[in-house]
Amino acid sequence: MLTIENLHAQIEEKKILNGVDLDVKAGEVHAIMGPNGSGKSTLSAVIAGHQSYEVTEGAMILEGENLSELDAEERAHKGIFLSFQYPVEIPGVSVTNFIKTAINANRKAKGHEDMPANVMLKKIREKSNLLEIDSRFLSRSLNEGFSGGEKKRNEIFQMAMLEPKLSILDETDSGLDIDALKIVANGVNKLRSKDNAIVVITHYQRLLEYIVPDFVHVLFDGKIVKSGTKKLAIELEEKGYDWIKEMA
Amino acid sequence: MDKRNGIVSMEFKEKLLASHLAFEGGIDLSDPVHQTRLESLKTFEQKGFPSRKDEAWKYTSLNAMIRNDFALFPETETTIEIKKVKKYFLYEIDTYKVVFIDGAYSPFLSDTTHDGLDVCLMSAALSKAKYRKFIDSYFNKIANIKDSLTALNTSYTKEGAYIYVPKSVVAEKPIELIHFSTGRDKPLWLQPRNLIVVDKNAQVQILERHQSLKPHEVVTNSVTEIFTHQDAFLDYYKIQNDFSTASLIDNTYISQQKNSNVSMHTFSLGGKLTRNNLNFYLKGNNANATLKGVTILDKKQHVDHYTLVDHIKPNCESHQDYKGVFSEGAVGVFNGKIHVDKIAQKTNAFQQNNNVLLDDKATVNTKPQLEIFADDVKCSHGCTVGQLDEEALFYLQSRGIPKKEAKALMTYAFANNVLESVELPVLKKRINILIAKKLGVNLGFEL
Repeated sequence: MLTIENLHAQIEEKKILNGVDLDVKAGEVHAIMGPNGSGKSTLSAVIAGHQSYEVTEGAMILEGENLSELDAEERAHKGIFLSFQYPVEIPGVSVTNFIKTAINANRKAKGHEDMPANVMLKKIREKSNLLEIDSRFLSRSLNEGFSGGEKKRNEIFQMAMLEPKLSILDETDSGLDIDALKIVANGVNKLRSKDNAIVVITHYQRLLEYIVPDFVHVLFDGKIVKSGTKKLAIELEEKGYDWIKEMA
Repeated sequence: MDKRNGIVSMEFKEKLLASHLAFEGGIDLSDPVHQTRLESLKTFEQKGFPSRKDEAWKYTSLNAMIRNDFALFPETETTIEIKKVKKYFLYEIDTYKVVFIDGAYSPFLSDTTHDGLDVCLMSAALSKAKYRKFIDSYFNKIANIKDSLTALNTSYTKEGAYIYVPKSVVAEKPIELIHFSTGRDKPLWLQPRNLIVVDKNAQVQILERHQSLKPHEVVTNSVTEIFTHQDAFLDYYKIQNDFSTASLIDNTYISQQKNSNVSMHTFSLGGKLTRNNLNFYLKGNNANATLKGVTILDKKQHVDHYTLVDHIKPNCESHQDYKGVFSEGAVGVFNGKIHVDKIAQKTNAFQQNNNVLLDDKATVNTKPQLEIFADDVKCSHGCTVGQLDEEALFYLQSRGIPKKEAKALMTYAFANNVLESVELPVLKKRINILIAKKLGVNLGFEL
């Protein structure tokens, strides 16, 4: 589904990704782990199309199409979704109105009419139930004054609504207590299918107990230095990242 | 250019002084305010039009809009078809209406009352004996008599709205004050004079708008005096969404007694030059004043919000929240003065002015002025001028919303935030749509 080859990226002349290779197939869940500053969040931002990063070498291919030339919104239309580590607060736009705007923008890009209001409403109800979100929450301003757990649930709610092909969950476990983590992970698991893929970016192994990956990769110094199965995540939890650093 | 316009404004001043005799020919010289008119004319004669040398007019010049061929007394009463102006009214709900066309009262479009409260005309209040004591107690009593434009308006006082809400009366309908200009005559100089008294424990909602019906030169120099007595409640909205040929100098003076609550929303969405001189005098303990503004301007439009909140008595509270969005050579000015008297302890006074510049051709001048003479007060002010947050734009884009729409949505959200305190749902919806239209945002949802 997504193939990343020899990806190099920098921000303001500072090189952060130094040749990332990754191959994600439909139906798979990949975890990318690594110490702070290894380039995890940069990788997710680059895939989603953040303008501040410049891709200097390599390619990102989604179902045969090169993403590098596309704007962030075009990548979203192709099926890329990024769950933000720090979702942005937008006072004055409710969660409901935001998701309606996003859904219809995606439909418009594909040449479809707006989603009928009753269909939209039904879908919102169904997906908010999945994330245990109540209707009062949906009328609040987007992310404004949300707790850490509410912000992340809202991210996964948007993922559920937009039905992306490839979802990147950037540090979705940060700022969550165990109950919120379970709700979020449960939501993600229900969205897993043979037709989509998920990349989980995390510092800790904790989240991977709930969202079990097929593959685990270790990112260090802007490169994937080791790949394995979920056993690798447990090993990292026990031994820390120092042995990886030495190996690299 | 500036010099020539300076001469024009001198000439126009002479014309205004010379025309006063003709004005006197059309009014009752024995009415209770005529002496005040004459005194005010003297004040205007001494002071003339303000220039940029005056600190209060540093960022706004009247020169460009003053001509010497303004018509001062539009002759005939004109009528307009209702269907042509319906959209300027809150037609969805029942309201009282005081409507003027080119400065003259339009009985046809109005819906006044004397049933339970007075919603009528300044000319009636000036001419009838039963209003005498009100005029004596209130007329020109809170307006700044030293201000030259206010004095000019006073000297030509003839028509406007007169509203009196008696003790403990809750007005059951909002009141709309609408001033239309038709552009049928020459360039027009209008000077409406309004007096509003909300007595003890009374409540009322008022909406004011000045609207030209086609692009033509018109300047309105309006004065509104408002008195809210103990425990009174006033909710006031000014809608300024005129053509780029229309200018407005709005001088509003509000006197608040004990426990009274006044909230003023100013929506400045269009006009050549708009100057809002908004003055609150908190004269009784525990008075509460709210001043909110949304300004969205493009092209060469200019809006200047010049606010004064004078905390005269202790335990009062004032909140100011002005938001501005500017592009394509538009100019915004915010000057917010808060004065706290030395006896006004336990004052809470807050002021916020946030601006977004959508391109590099727009200008904002923002200046807080705090004069605090009491020691036990909470005062804060903050102003920002900036662009839209890039991270937030990326967030919206990453959800599939194109950058242009994401920008419009963010700007809409920024401005829209002020609307939360609008108490009239139909008005809120109208303004919502106006703002969305103004910003070219195609909202993916129904309002």
